[in-house]
Amino acid sequence: MSDHAAGDHGHHDIHPPSHYVRIWGILLTLLLVSFIGPWFGHQIVTLVTAFGIAFVKAYLVIKHFMHLDVEKPIVHYFLVTSVVFMVLLFAGVSPDVMHHEGTNWSNMAAEAEIARALSAQEASGGEHGEHGAGAAEHKPAEHKPAEHKPAGGDH
Amino acid sequence: MAAFKPIATTRSATGVLTSKLAVWWLLASEVVIFGGVLCSYLMHRIAHPEWAAYAAHTNEWIGLTNTFVLLSSSLTAVLAHNAAEREDGPLAARWLLATVGGACLFLMIKSFEWYTEISHGYTISANGFWSFYYTAAGIHASHVIAGGLIMLWVANTARKNEELHRVENVGLYWHFVDIVWIFLFPLLYIAK
Amino acid sequence: MSSQPTVEHGHEEHGHEHHHEPAFIEKYIFPLDHKYIAMQYLLTGMFMAVFGGFFVYAFRLQLAFPGISVPLYGTVSPTEYNALVTNHGSVMIFWVAMPVLIAAFGNFLIPLMIGADDMVFPKLNRLSYQIFLASVVVLIVSWLVPGGGFGGAWTAYPPLSAKAQYSLTPLGSTLWLVAVALEFVAFLIGGINFITTAMNSRAPGMGAKDVPMVVWMICIASIMFMASVGPLIAGAVMLLFDQNLGTGFFDPDKGGDPILWQHLFWFFGHPEVYVVLLPATGIVAEIITVFSRKKLFGYQTILYTAIATGVLSFFVWAHHQFVAGIDPRMANVFTITTVLISIPIAEMMFLYIATLYGGSIRFTTPMLWALSFIAEFLIGGVTGIWLGASGMDIYFHDTYFVIAHFHYTFFPIAFIGTFAALSFWFPKMFGRMMDETLGKIHFWGTIIALNFIFIPLFVLGAAGQHRRIYNYNHYPELSTPDLQSLRVLATVSLLVLIAFQFVFLFNFFWSMFRGEKAPANPWRSTTLEWTTPSPPGHGNWSPNDMPRVYRGPYEYSVPGRDEDYWPQNQPS
Repeated sequence: MSDHAAGDHGHHDIHPPSHYVRIWGILLTLLLVSFIGPWFGHQIVTLVTAFGIAFVKAYLVIKHFMHLDVEKPIVHYFLVTSVVFMVLLFAGVSPDVMHHEGTNWSNMAAEAEIARALSAQEASGGEHGEHGAGAAEHKPAEHKPAEHKPAGGDH
Repeated sequence: MAAFKPIATTRSATGVLTSKLAVWWLLASEVVIFGGVLCSYLMHRIAHPEWAAYAAHTNEWIGLTNTFVLLSSSLTAVLAHNAAEREDGPLAARWLLATVGGACLFLMIKSFEWYTEISHGYTISANGFWSFYYTAAGIHASHVIAGGLIMLWVANTARKNEELHRVENVGLYWHFVDIVWIFLFPLLYIAK
Repeated sequence: MSSQPTVEHGHEEHGHEHHHEPAFIEKYIFPLDHKYIAMQYLLTGMFMAVFGGFFVYAFRLQLAFPGISVPLYGTVSPTEYNALVTNHGSVMIFWVAMPVLIAAFGNFLIPLMIGADDMVFPKLNRLSYQIFLASVVVLIVSWLVPGGGFGGAWTAYPPLSAKAQYSLTPLGSTLWLVAVALEFVAFLIGGINFITTAMNSRAPGMGAKDVPMVVWMICIASIMFMASVGPLIAGAVMLLFDQNLGTGFFDPDKGGDPILWQHLFWFFGHPEVYVVLLPATGIVAEIITVFSRKKLFGYQTILYTAIATGVLSFFVWAHHQFVAGIDPRMANVFTITTVLISIPIAEMMFLYIATLYGGSIRFTTPMLWALSFIAEFLIGGVTGIWLGASGMDIYFHDTYFVIAHFHYTFFPIAFIGTFAALSFWFPKMFGRMMDETLGKIHFWGTIIALNFIFIPLFVLGAAGQHRRIYNYNHYPELSTPDLQSLRVLATVSLLVLIAFQFVFLFNFFWSMFRGEKAPANPWRSTTLEWTTPSPPGHGNWSPNDMPRVYRGPYEYSVPGRDEDYWPQNQPS
């Protein structure tokens, strides 16, 4: 058990406000970089500048604004636990939801929707896709099977 | 009801102030709420190549402005905390009000953005991308509204130099809202 | 451990002015005192249990005697049957097991057992109950709106839950979803309160290993609830939009995926089983140590098995979806994790049995309930291993075998656990003893009837009886006389079980006002809640005389002492 009294939250070094303004400056620079990233036209560059920098920004905010670095270890533990559970959720769900085909099954409804949408985008002219993607235009022409995986022998 | 503070609230076996500990737990539970939305979105986005074209219609300039507003409001929130640590309640209250101003600006820009998009036919039921766009940003926006209201309340007590630890607690929540937006910005606006 | 830490932020001004006795409305209607909030949760949970019991009474009579006019209800139509089954499930889990086991006993026991005068956030505590009450009101309204209550099963799989043309209850399903979401918010707030209270407000001297097991269990359960419910809250918002705004999150025609809901639901839904199980096992641990006058065997091991169960329970959720068409490789993974999770739970049960070994056992009513918990839960647990194996599950899925299995887990958790806890802590809650004879009559009536309800269902399930059928007479191979007689046996046993609950209700309310006055420590127990009068006053202890803790919670029959129990707060 800790001998610390409550309310020790303020007892680490109090930074001058200029410290926070500097961090803010770094954050804004990073924001600009992530904004400019897609202009290079490389998918890898975009992904790195978009998500890599998002993690850096989040780290800066957590460390300098939320002062997690001087917080007790227990707080780290439960925050990390909830992040890890989200990774677990992604890992467990993505084999079913992120793919439309697998061993002895295929998600025909989803594949049909992708095919329909892509051809509609092509028809309406290239990258701008469905202009005014309103509900009226969206109605599929024929009703597709809504079942998830009717492929034979799906056990 | 008069101010009611049990002896229990004044104890601190972990060494973390009780109210701050509760805020950290709250944030842990928010991580899984937003985690659920973002995981679902990410899986669908990867599985649906056609969504890239839908996403091209988001306005990244507005996204950029809003990110700027939220990052700046995070700065004012941490400056409020800084002032509270120096036990300068009125200054902390002023910085908190500036943060509330940032929240309001964010929401105004967001309403303008949504108004424009909806009037162009990009409604929540237009397609899967727009459904996630409005749902994720909407859950985030509801947190912005809640944060703004709580900060107004905290600013009112801080002004009188009371309960200054609340300034840090609401600040933690606000930084978390900021972090969620830091991830929503590339997910919804940048990666196309 | 410091003596009595204080914060510097402004509690001095408000310090101890709360130790006056509050007025009636403040005390009973809008209480801040954790004990009265616990009573509110308990009574609301019991009130909802009446509905849950009434629903099962109506649809079981329909199954045993198709088409009869059920007394007090009338004829059950197919849509009503769906609504009854759905709401029986959701009421019993979300509005009975959760509020009673976690909220009521958590609220009552945590501050008393850790030697605090209240929860750390009394107002949040009250808010939690009020949100819960709002969810109860919304749920009851959902049964009364045109179209009737939601009938898409408590798991609310889309498309049945998402589209009005399938569920036939557009308004009922939206209100049901809103009620569930409100209930989650209530328990999130309550759970954060429990966790911070137990982490920060323990009595001076109480280290992590001096915390009674039930407090640990409720805290682990609250943490699990908090970590698992988030994705489902997100999913509930998405489903609400699917129902009302025309989005297609779970509609493959619009680029969504119905399997996603199942994952989001069970990512919460399976940990939820352990969320209610752990408090019940904690209650059992308290009771068997007191009534075998022996130290809990393997305190730390039980704690680690509980944590292991909690962590593992996040890795097993997809075993509910083996036939929903999940990736078969994932099904293999989830089979392994599911079988693995039986190890810590079995270990925990063995440790409880080891606690009994060599003790001087007293068969009081709470002890009978605690022992029957171990026995009955064992049946549920072992059949769970069968269902966890994906090969067997393909045969058993959606049969009455599954129903019998999870009722053999949930009935011990929600009812046996509650009856054990109520008969044990009743003296502390109301200051009077419950009647032992009536308690034992209630116990035997319930336990015998319970087994006569669910063992026939195991047989019916193994015979292939599908669970979502309104009238088996429409299925010749399922309406043979032998199967039908098993159905009648189960239903009649249910009526017997319900009849014996009136014994309990009489005992509960009669003892509350007329029972024998209880001393402070009627069971000669060691934990802190027994060191204050029954019932404890406002603030639990006098503010100048808050307890200090010197030893672990299970010091029974310590050699060389006059008394066979050694209270935690006794200096030596």
